[in-house]
Amino acid sequence: MTSIDESNKDKLRSVSVDLNNDASLLIDIPDALCERDKVKFTVHTKTTLSSFQKPEFSVPRQHEDFIWLHDTLVETEDYAGLIIPPAPPKPDFEGPREKMHKLGEGEATMTKEEYTKMKQELEAEYLAVFKKTVQVHEVFLQRLSSHPILSKDRNFQIFLEYDQDLSVRRKNAKEMFGGFFKNMVKSADEVLISGIKEVDDFFEQEKTFLLDYYSKIKDSTAKAEKMTRSHKNIADDYIHISATLNSLSADDSTGNKKNLEKLSDLFEKLRKVEGRVASDQELKLTELLRYYMRDIQAAKDLLYRRARALADYENSNKALDKARLKSKDIPQAEEHQQHCLKKFDKLSESGKKELTSFKGRRVVAFRKNLIEMAELEIKHAKNNVTLLQGCIELLKTN
Amino acid sequence: MATSSERSPPPFPDSEDQDVLDTEDVAGRDSDEDDGGDLFMGSSNPTLAEVETLLEPARQPSDLLMNPPSDLMSDPLIEPISSQTENKPASEAVNEPSDDFVDLTNNISATTESAVAEIPLDEPSDDFVDILGSETEAQREEVVVTDVTVEAAADKSEVTSGVTDSPGDGKIRSDAEEEAQETSAAPIIDLGADLPASNTQQLPVSDKIADPLVDLLGDPSPAPAADAKKPSGATIDLFEDEGSDLFGEPRQTKSAKQQQKSLFGEADEDLFGEPLGAVSKKPVSKEQKEKSVTTKAAAAVPAGGPLLDSSPAEPADIFTEEAVTTTPSVSNTSTVNSKTNGVHSEEEADIFSEATVELSLDSPRTERKNDVTAKPSASAPTSLSAAASQAKPQSAALEELEEEEEAELDDKFEVLVSVKDPEKIGDGMNAYMAYKVSTQTTLPMFRNKTFTVRRRFSDFLGLYEKLSEKHGPNGFIVPPPPEKSILGMTKVKVGKEDSSSADFVERRRGALERYLQRVVNHPSLIQDPDVREFLEREDLPRAVSTQALSGAGFLKMINKATDAVSKMTIKMNESDVWFEEKLQEVESADQQFRKLHALVESLVIHRKELSLNTASFAKSTAMLGSAEDNTALSRALSQLAEVEDKMEQLHQDQAANDTFSFAELIADYIRLLGAVRGSFDHRMKVWQRWQDAQAMLQKKRETEAKLLWANKPDKLQLAKEEIAEWEAKVTQYERDFERVSATVRKEVVRFEKEKTKNFKRQIIKYLESLLQSQQQLIKYWEAFLPEAKAIA
Repeated sequence: MTSIDESNKDKLRSVSVDLNNDASLLIDIPDALCERDKVKFTVHTKTTLSSFQKPEFSVPRQHEDFIWLHDTLVETEDYAGLIIPPAPPKPDFEGPREKMHKLGEGEATMTKEEYTKMKQELEAEYLAVFKKTVQVHEVFLQRLSSHPILSKDRNFQIFLEYDQDLSVRRKNAKEMFGGFFKNMVKSADEVLISGIKEVDDFFEQEKTFLLDYYSKIKDSTAKAEKMTRSHKNIADDYIHISATLNSLSADDSTGNKKNLEKLSDLFEKLRKVEGRVASDQELKLTELLRYYMRDIQAAKDLLYRRARALADYENSNKALDKARLKSKDIPQAEEHQQHCLKKFDKLSESGKKELTSFKGRRVVAFRKNLIEMAELEIKHAKNNVTLLQGCIELLKTN
Repeated sequence: MATSSERSPPPFPDSEDQDVLDTEDVAGRDSDEDDGGDLFMGSSNPTLAEVETLLEPARQPSDLLMNPPSDLMSDPLIEPISSQTENKPASEAVNEPSDDFVDLTNNISATTESAVAEIPLDEPSDDFVDILGSETEAQREEVVVTDVTVEAAADKSEVTSGVTDSPGDGKIRSDAEEEAQETSAAPIIDLGADLPASNTQQLPVSDKIADPLVDLLGDPSPAPAADAKKPSGATIDLFEDEGSDLFGEPRQTKSAKQQQKSLFGEADEDLFGEPLGAVSKKPVSKEQKEKSVTTKAAAAVPAGGPLLDSSPAEPADIFTEEAVTTTPSVSNTSTVNSKTNGVHSEEEADIFSEATVELSLDSPRTERKNDVTAKPSASAPTSLSAAASQAKPQSAALEELEEEEEAELDDKFEVLVSVKDPEKIGDGMNAYMAYKVSTQTTLPMFRNKTFTVRRRFSDFLGLYEKLSEKHGPNGFIVPPPPEKSILGMTKVKVGKEDSSSADFVERRRGALERYLQRVVNHPSLIQDPDVREFLEREDLPRAVSTQALSGAGFLKMINKATDAVSKMTIKMNESDVWFEEKLQEVESADQQFRKLHALVESLVIHRKELSLNTASFAKSTAMLGSAEDNTALSRALSQLAEVEDKMEQLHQDQAANDTFSFAELIADYIRLLGAVRGSFDHRMKVWQRWQDAQAMLQKKRETEAKLLWANKPDKLQLAKEEIAEWEAKVTQYERDFERVSATVRKEVVRFEKEKTKNFKRQIIKYLESLLQSQQQLIKYWEAFLPEAKAIA
């Protein structure tokens, strides 16, 4: 299980995001430590850039630090025209933990062997979740490092280099509420400014596309998650069936004993394959969809910021008209209008670039993942076929 | 190997010699009594006391040899070949005059492990040879057999009482005579030598399959018979349990035996240079059986001759079937037995043929009998009598049985039943499902080769009711039909045309078909007129007692409740380890199967869930594809949607396969295991009746004693009559118990064999469905792969 995850790790990294490996700044997370709910990541950087003091260094970072970095990037005016890589989701070990708890409760109803297998399965799942968590954090940093502008960000460099605890304050209740409020305002604002007539066809199209795409991919992600879970359930069923067949064969003294034994073996092997099918689907499909769901959200945010700038510009136009009417504060209004226009143009320009590159990135990532998933599906199915054929042979010759 | 064998045997001679002798004496007495007049009564009464005495010895060996048996068993597994090679010398030794009985016993003990059956064969035959002093050694076994048979035949001719009784008596007599001969001709020591052999055999028996012992002990029949049975039981167990392992080698021998001559040229020459004779005998015996069955055992003496000549083909079939369960040794003995049986009487022959054909179990019994006959006095009276009584009803079926069994070997059925075209008839709550029952058969007892009738579900239940009423109490495992399902049927009745009701109907149809096929595959049940009527007759009188809520149904429920209560109250001190273990096995299997069934059901649910989720994902992907603005990616996504659509169908089909091939298979076995338990219950009931009768008899005897003491001659007469009556009843009931036990055992073995075969077949089918769906899956993904690669 572990080894698989290792190999998948590489794949995942390259799969979800197409990163142009710029050798001038290489970042990875070689290690992470899980303490209760906190995961401590070791962020390792290797660089040739002169802006860093040393060519190679490692710092301990927590999930909150990543969020902080993301938020500061989002809030930086200069980056308004960029798609800020989506922040990694909070580590969530609740799923496997809850299952483990349930398993403990149901221990009495299972054979020892069965219980051990289920436990192993859960541990593997836990480990997979953990690794996935590490990877999404890593991918976040790698996307930043591969971005021509964002990689030069001061906060990013501090994040990478400062060898003490960043001691990012956890958001207190007020700020949390403030964040929530801000979101509300943003949503309302989005609705408000949606009435503004788009001046650029490209953005108009992009907007409808992204909105549509987002809802679709969100749906697909949810469905894919469900599907993967069903696969997992089947794999779990196989475990129980195998164990029961095993105990059946233990009690059997007739010629059926061997048949049962073989069947039990087969189900044990099948469940491993089935488990891999599930985890590969999870990695190749669900994870891809999930990532791009967040990425599209980020792109949507960019569109929002641009629309906001557009709205600002139009407001400033109105203000200028008003000022001219009243012949009052005309230069200020002019200046503001110019500023807004400049900002909007800048946003539009970089936004166009970003969105185009996003499109290319998405297609490449989908291609890669879909190919790999199809290949893995074939591989697993072939494994199953061999197992089944072998067992049928055995049964027939017996 | 050698050590273990040596370890085990020593106790026997000392401890058992005497017992054996006693038993023989007893037997002798019995025979005397029989000669006197009350063949039957005589045997039953005196034997009871004797049986008790026997019980102790029997127990002893088992205790003593608790350990050795296991060794014995394990050793053969490892080195079957060596054991067999050892056998040869043993048999040779046997061939030599019986004077060296000490050596013989040693050899025997060594050989017993592997060739338990062989030893008895050879030895007895040798003894006979000595005793009879006739014929050459080369023919020894056969000769012996023939002689014995001749004698037996003579005895039989003497006995001309009731058909059922006569065979048993005849045997007894013949045994007695043989005994006499032996005792006269050969010193007691010889007998002792023989007995040890039998004892060694017994040991394994006691360990694994104590049932025969129990039965035997319980039997009024002479002690030797009991001994004989024991060994047979042992052999049986040996073979059943580890038959396949043990006899990886032996099997070949079997096959060799089966195909005797042709095979002999092959590998078996070395191994069976000695055994050959035995092998040939087996087939012979089979033939004899068949002959006897067909020709009514007219030529008992001639049969001896045929044995040698006719060994070729027919027996082979029988054994091929049994090959798995029976060991070579078993077959040897069985053959010998069968010969003797054939000689004895028609019915006996039937019994034996049945035994050998149907069950490995029985064949061992016949072995025992052989041993018995061959050795000292003990012909297998008890078993025979029990068998004889059984044989009457079944005698006709035996032939078919054989044929069927042979047919089944090739998975060809004499009767092929299919249940098709479920059709809803009527409306509303009075609606019912009718099925087309088509039968294809080659059996002459049916008028046509193919015929079709329409039957409704309750007819199937009605058939089961009739069959279980008739055959259940006799210990038969009557295959149960699927349960009535009010919920499922209501859905169908209401006319909901959803998938779950279609599912339900299809499930039920399959279950009914398998149920019916099981019934017609059963050698005895197919003979039942009700079965024939069910299959053939155009319009069947409506089955009334199957209504869940009808008056009859209510009565049935009450009956069931009382049964359950009595089941709980009857504490059967099970003296038969075989039954005890089997019951335990059945119960735990039942439990596990239930668990498995629940698991497979949940697998089905999850599979359906997966299918559903895949479908919705497919839809969602299609939408995503339509939203995608990159043409190639959009195309690929809609292709993916198509693949997932097909995947959905695959999962759905697989869920159906899980249900029909796997879950239903398990459900069948849960039902069947219930029926097996039912047959155990019936056996217990019969036992209880016997015990009650015995208690009653005891009471009557006490009153007689009181009357005697009170000196009331007028009432004394009445009491005596009552005692006689109850004695008869006790005998009867005990014989019933014997018979039911034997049947149950046979049925269970048959059930297990069928189960193994059927289970394997079904599982292979199921796995093939899995395989197919995986292959399909590969195809789909492989078709998708270029699409994914085409994304630019």
